[in-house]
Amino acid sequence: MKAWLPSLLRLALVVLLVAFVTNPGWFEPLLKPLTENNAPAIYNQGSLLTLTLLHLRTVLIATVAATIVAVALAILVTRPAGAEFLPLSRSLVNIGQTFPPVAVLALAVPAVGFGEKPTLIALFLYGLLPIFENALTGLTTLPGNVMEAARGAGMTGWQRLIKVELPLSAPIILGGIRLSVVISLATATIGSTVAAKTLGEVIIAGLLSNNLAFVLQGGLIVAALAVLIYDGLSAIERYTARRMGQETGD
Amino acid sequence: MNIRFDKLGIVIAAIVAYAAFFASFATFRANRIVPGEARSIFEALPPTIGPLLLAIVVVAAIIALLKTPLLLRLAASVVALAALAILIGVAGTFLTPAGNTFARISPASGLWLLIFAFTLLLADVLTRLNLSPLGRVGVLVIATLAIGLLLISGQWDSLSILKEYANRADSFWAEGSKHITLALGSLAAAVIIGLPLGILCHRVERLRAGVLNVLNIVQTIPSIALFGLLIVPLGWVAAHVPGAAALGIRGIGTAPAFVALFLYSLLPVVANTVVGLAGVPRAANDAARGMGMTDRQRLFGVEFPLAFPVILTGIRIVLVQNIGLATIAALIGGGGFGVFVFQGVGQTAMDLVLLGAVPTVALAFAAAIILDAIIEMTATKRRVETA
Repeated sequence: MKAWLPSLLRLALVVLLVAFVTNPGWFEPLLKPLTENNAPAIYNQGSLLTLTLLHLRTVLIATVAATIVAVALAILVTRPAGAEFLPLSRSLVNIGQTFPPVAVLALAVPAVGFGEKPTLIALFLYGLLPIFENALTGLTTLPGNVMEAARGAGMTGWQRLIKVELPLSAPIILGGIRLSVVISLATATIGSTVAAKTLGEVIIAGLLSNNLAFVLQGGLIVAALAVLIYDGLSAIERYTARRMGQETGD
Repeated sequence: MNIRFDKLGIVIAAIVAYAAFFASFATFRANRIVPGEARSIFEALPPTIGPLLLAIVVVAAIIALLKTPLLLRLAASVVALAALAILIGVAGTFLTPAGNTFARISPASGLWLLIFAFTLLLADVLTRLNLSPLGRVGVLVIATLAIGLLLISGQWDSLSILKEYANRADSFWAEGSKHITLALGSLAAAVIIGLPLGILCHRVERLRAGVLNVLNIVQTIPSIALFGLLIVPLGWVAAHVPGAAALGIRGIGTAPAFVALFLYSLLPVVANTVVGLAGVPRAANDAARGMGMTDRQRLFGVEFPLAFPVILTGIRIVLVQNIGLATIAALIGGGGFGVFVFQGVGQTAMDLVLLGAVPTVALAFAAAIILDAIIEMTATKRRVETA
């Protein structure tokens, strides 16, 4: 009985989320008590659906870019030719993480202008560390006997990377991507302080006009997205881990 | 002679070549919000000093490019960085027309790239030197002193960011202390509540999943939304709980910012306490039990000291994260360096943004280095003791 309960809750959350972003009007009575002076209860300066999709698009672009760069970097520094960059790359990515997102956003504005670009830069920088760290862990902790076997089978370095190393470390790398996506989903809202079209726009409009209904709906949509995507990626991660387990078990 | 190139040196030399010869060194603006005009190294510095700087930078880049001893590389990076830091001040004075108080001189992309390239070299040298934790803190102290000395000497006073500072000196320090109070205060509260909560979660298994799940969900709420949502409950507390308003608890301002930072801080503290305690070797616990230690003695004498480095790692995550997040407090009137950042974005005055952003980055960076050093010291101490 317990096994289906979480799935049911997730399904309910998906239905609720889709209903809210497509037909926010249905929920107006619920949010009305949070407003004052007859202010609108549902964000009225743009469609919630469009903003949600734009929010997801921003996170997707930044995460894909961060994944490509982080995994490529991790592969590079774990090859003999790039080994001398390993300690330095680690400290650089660590330093990147100490830059507050607001500062990155604001500093990127003079270089690339207002809008989506500074947000992408900030999300990209923030997404790098978890993916890079996990990719490094994955690539450096491969079982020695498997690597020996691959070498013994006459695989070239390239074949070993594509057919053995990357598939085996895929679950760990996916774990990094999951962390990075959840951080990015929340951080993207800050992008609206520099005029990026994300769900942060709804929250900031609420803060500026003292309308808590706006703050709540913006925050809840982002939180729901984060919980659902986190769960979804965890499921993919378990699936790949199981597959890898079976393949190495053969 | 066999010339060998350093791989990282090739990257550094390429950046230096571009930055020194093709990018601009300083930006000149007639007032603080108009678009700037680029000035190269030769245009920005007096005729004798420009070529000197170029020579220093090129020699340092060649030292980086070739396989050279570590100490020589260290010297090259330090000399190049010091020359850049001092000479941008000279450029400021040189470019400002006499008596003109509106003109703004700021560092341009070329200077930032040069600084980046030589910091990369310095970081690489320091990583390769494998400094002890105390050594790293020592480097941090020296760098802080050097920058402090440059600030006090007035060498940079002609630069735009310090002109912004001069206009706001009082509020700068007020917002700065508010920023630090917010970041450290919420951390302290999170440690006071989070440690016992973590210990409880470790001992009571049924509680663990529930508490960690709730804290995980809190982390997914975007910071600006959480800051905003706390306005209602805190406003209610201020209006209905006697004495709360007198303590400074209000719907907007510092109180919701403090509570939001506290809530974000709880997860890393609780989760790391649980992980740290779970990682205590069973043998250590069994031995302690066999010696007749009570539960309390075991907690403070055995489990806690062994879990300490992991717990500290949680505290490091929280501190660096809080210093960054505290900038967002400015959006709900909570103060902090974010005030300058958001004012600057609003007025498109980038120097004002820098005035808020640079101290925040410096604080977060310093906190990370210091806590990393402490973590490493406690971890090695533990290894020595258990060995």
